[in-house]
Amino acid sequence: MSTTDRPRSAAAASRAGPVDDEASLVAAAKAGDLRSFEELVHRYEARIYRLTYNITQNREDAQDATQDAFLKSYQHLPDFQGDSRFYTWLVRIAVNEALMKLRRRRPQEISLDESIQTADDLVPREIEDWGPKPDQRVEQSELQTVLARSIAQLEPAYRIVFQLRDIEELSTEETARLLGLSVPAVKSRLLRARLKLRQSLDRLFHGGARSDLQESEL
Amino acid sequence: MGAPEVTCKKVNCKNLLNELCDFLDGELDAATVEDVKQHIGRCEDCRLLVDTTRKTIEIFCKSEPVPLPQELRDRLHQALEQRLRGARS
Repeated sequence: MSTTDRPRSAAAASRAGPVDDEASLVAAAKAGDLRSFEELVHRYEARIYRLTYNITQNREDAQDATQDAFLKSYQHLPDFQGDSRFYTWLVRIAVNEALMKLRRRRPQEISLDESIQTADDLVPREIEDWGPKPDQRVEQSELQTVLARSIAQLEPAYRIVFQLRDIEELSTEETARLLGLSVPAVKSRLLRARLKLRQSLDRLFHGGARSDLQESEL
Repeated sequence: MGAPEVTCKKVNCKNLLNELCDFLDGELDAATVEDVKQHIGRCEDCRLLVDTTRKTIEIFCKSEPVPLPQELRDRLHQALEQRLRGARS
């Protein structure tokens, strides 16, 4: 066995960066070490729950999707080839679980072939400066509330693309593949999502400053 | 966008939106990046649109997920333990 593929000790793993450490945990889990898999669950459960909640906007569905995603990932761990990060692979499973829940509950809201809208209506005539670090000027709890509410107010088609591209940092191509969309459709939805969220934050940072965006738009 | 409209080689107030996401994601070719930079250097409204959209992405991106509700954590770990140990036995 070469030095590169020799299993590292727990101490060595704990000194390694998060990605290397993740690879060690995955290797150990694949070899049957349940504690390593439980460590992966502990590490990612909050992020996966946020992901499934942001997609489904339903607590019960998000809980079920989170649980199912971890169980499926364990079940299919032997198929994981390691050509992406384990977390990225887990995200793909969780997105599919969450989308199934969303489609089951609200099939009319997640049409993937809906027409692409332009975003011109989301640009106000005059834009106000937020300053260098606007998020540090408001209470964190208030900011968290506004972020959650802003995401919830987006239509699913925009919310899901934003979640995958900007929060999970998947590529445009990967997002398109996962959602069965074209790359231009992903880009169009991402633009619209970003501009709508920008508008939501503008209200926070300017305390209800003038906006050309209709309330109904958000 | 606000008047007066500023026109550059390719990018102007009307078509900036077409390039906005690719510009922010670093996915534009060098010539178009230069066009966008020239335009936002001269058009304050477009500069602010780019700046506030970039900050929007950063704020959402760096927000930490809230810890899992204890009820879900307990339920999740019980289910996993049951299924995982069952799968190995």
